[in-house]
Amino acid sequence: MMSVVSLRNVCAAVMVAALVLLPLYSHLSGNIFALTLFTRILIYALAAASLNLIMGYGGMMSFGHAAYLGIGGYAVGILAHEGIASGFIQWPVAIAASALFALIIGALSLRTRGVYFIMITLAFAQMAYYIAAGMARYGGDDGLTIYKRSDFGGVVDLSNRTQFYYVCLALLLAGLYLIHRIVNSRFGMVVQGARSNERRMQALGFPTYRYKLTCFVIAGTMCGVAGALLANNTDFVSPAIMYWTRSGDLMVMVILGGMGSPFGPVFGAIVLLLLEELLSQFTEYWPIIVGPMLVLVVLFARGGIDGLLGRRNGD
Amino acid sequence: MLLFIEQLLNGLQFGLLLFLLAAGLTLVFGIMDMVNLAHGSLYMMGAYFAATFAAWTGSFVLGVVLALAATFVLGIVLEWVALRHLYGRDHLDHVLATFGLILFFNELVRIVWGPEGLSLPLPSWLTAPVQILPGVYYSTYRLSIILVSLAVAGGLYVLVMRTRLGMLIRAGASNREMIGALGINIKLLFMLVFGLGAALAGLAGLMQAPILTVQIGMGENILILAFVIIVIGGIGSIRGAFVAAILVGLIDTLGRSFLPDLLRTVLSSTAASTAAPALSSMLIYLLMAIVLIVRPEGLFPAGRR
Amino acid sequence: MTEPLLQVENLSKRFGGIVATDGLSLDVRPGELHALIGPNGAGKTTLITQLTGQLTPDSGRIGFAGEDISRMPAYRRSILGLARSFQITSLFLDMSVLDNVALAVQAHAGHSFHFWRPARQERDLREPARAALAQVGLSDRLEARTSALSHGEHRLIEIAMALAGRPRLLLLDEPMAGLGPEESARMVELLRALKRDYAVLLVEHDMEAVFALADRITVLVYGRAIASGGPDEIRGNEEVRRAYLGEQKRPGGGHG
Repeated sequence: MMSVVSLRNVCAAVMVAALVLLPLYSHLSGNIFALTLFTRILIYALAAASLNLIMGYGGMMSFGHAAYLGIGGYAVGILAHEGIASGFIQWPVAIAASALFALIIGALSLRTRGVYFIMITLAFAQMAYYIAAGMARYGGDDGLTIYKRSDFGGVVDLSNRTQFYYVCLALLLAGLYLIHRIVNSRFGMVVQGARSNERRMQALGFPTYRYKLTCFVIAGTMCGVAGALLANNTDFVSPAIMYWTRSGDLMVMVILGGMGSPFGPVFGAIVLLLLEELLSQFTEYWPIIVGPMLVLVVLFARGGIDGLLGRRNGD
Repeated sequence: MLLFIEQLLNGLQFGLLLFLLAAGLTLVFGIMDMVNLAHGSLYMMGAYFAATFAAWTGSFVLGVVLALAATFVLGIVLEWVALRHLYGRDHLDHVLATFGLILFFNELVRIVWGPEGLSLPLPSWLTAPVQILPGVYYSTYRLSIILVSLAVAGGLYVLVMRTRLGMLIRAGASNREMIGALGINIKLLFMLVFGLGAALAGLAGLMQAPILTVQIGMGENILILAFVIIVIGGIGSIRGAFVAAILVGLIDTLGRSFLPDLLRTVLSSTAASTAAPALSSMLIYLLMAIVLIVRPEGLFPAGRR
Repeated sequence: MTEPLLQVENLSKRFGGIVATDGLSLDVRPGELHALIGPNGAGKTTLITQLTGQLTPDSGRIGFAGEDISRMPAYRRSILGLARSFQITSLFLDMSVLDNVALAVQAHAGHSFHFWRPARQERDLREPARAALAQVGLSDRLEARTSALSHGEHRLIEIAMALAGRPRLLLLDEPMAGLGPEESARMVELLRALKRDYAVLLVEHDMEAVFALADRITVLVYGRAIASGGPDEIRGNEEVRRAYLGEQKRPGGGHG
């Protein structure tokens, strides 16, 4: 079938192949910076993908998604600080904590709609920021240094850059696959239907709130995993990671890549982070370019990169 | 007791400031159906303009007047150049575009004024305390904030409830055809309304400048509070926003002053001093959470108008 | 005489000072198409909303298949076999036609907390959806995006969605509204076919269709049934003429 060989799928395949081969390039050329940069990109791609699940497919515009990066990160950081360095304990805690917060925040936020939902999720993320900044024991405003990466015994050594890169890539691909299954399942149909026409879904007999909440929790949990990865990557966690502009960055990645598209978030993360890298070489004032750029993207390129790659589903 | 009265008034003052900000947001949202996150940036620009003009002219009052005018003009320019292209679009588009504007303004301020922030000193006739009750003194400046805010709130009330423009505002964006049918120039109306909203934001920004802060990013935190207030008060309800704003102002201020001591009665001193700041900043969000659980439509939801 | 499938007894509903339903009684027998006609504002849609359970009547009784469903929640009535189509089409425009109807099938298939299997490959969902769409004549448009179809085709999808749940009684709220002559004819033929397998309560303004299809007609004015009987009876009824039929200048013409 023609659709398998579409431009979009070709680009995605090429991209995945390139990502798999990157460490090889990095070792051969000695360009370690590329490896660390793309590790960061992979982690943000996972976070963006989780946001895409609720935003692109579920229509839930959460402006507080970066909070889960922080929750996952702080779970790792706090446990490390308290002497628990085992990844087998840290990561499940990170997952459980993210899920719990997503449950509470989602349960409350989903009682609102539209722009109010957007702002309430934002408010909760800021609340998390302030709580973290207020925890003097764990660094407060200055953040918390993590002296040892999550220890997984002999299974994998996260302090090895290459191994860590592949862990991130594996988790990203697993996450994307999981999202793919979820979105096309019966559950996913309900979530998509609720995005498309919530009133009608309810008239059909679907109690949409519980499905949206479940989706919200799944997304938050996935982002918490990204947070644990991020903390390991930077050996550091601070409240700044949850500052609302970070949530905005995630949103931009999702939209840039094309909302509701399977690989869009990855494209978006690559483009945004590479752009930031590039621009910051030229000028320290690069945010002043990103701002209006975003305005222009919104005004003119609605479908994002995914839209540029060709229409989907009989648009 | 004196401390309590002072903090009560401080809470009232903070609440009124928040109301001005929320009112500007609701105004623009109500008549143009536009979500404007850059509202916080206009708040920030009001403060920066005031500090700069006051320093240039050497006069506090002149600085304030010029800053108000400048913010009004800035609002109109913003509407004309960027925001009018967003009318009728998805709210998400508004959120993103104005988010981009926030980034832009924050950087602009950093380039023009540097990262340090500014200060706006008060003239002596405003720093002297005034006696409001026998034996009770309060800052003249803070009192004037309360009076000015109440006056503006009253003016807004008259505008919205008693004038033709107000009727149009209450009619809301969905009746744009009706507005057009009444022979009103929509473009001009939107521009002026936006300018008014900007001026309100700028007023709030410059009023708090001498006592709180003039720095980059100050708009965002207060903007979130403004939305929280709108949610608590009831979407579309200015009366609700007023009540919610006062409530939030009081809870936040009183909470921050008295919570540490309250906690010290039940917890150890160290536990209290670590928990208190975090808890105080959370109080407002707790209130919002309670409202969302018990009455998701808000305290005074706007019924069918 | 066969036992009525739907039995409405003395139903009443007020909204403040307005009486929407005024001691209304009617019934629908299996295999019958019972049309409900009346001027705008007579309370026809309000009646349907009370029958499906989205609105609670102030007094009266609704019986369905022998059970008293007056207080039964909406989703349970739908499981019992009561299905409705909407006067104003409300579809999932960005999804395919088949996806729309499959969702209606899925609504009746228990909970949807299934996260793994692709729903579009589940025969339990796709087959009934295909069958319903075949019944309304849209088999060639299954994969099309719903927004690409005409208003008339949207109305057909509405009916397919009502059929998807394997109902016993169809409550059709003005299915002909806004249709051109060709689409109207198609709809009439569909309704005639549906009559064979389902009991139908049809709310309509299109008099030509009503008189062509109905086994019985009830005329509703200000929430009250002023006449009920076969088409000839109703056509000859003076009161009905005055209250309603006289207003209809062009039978089968679209209404406002």
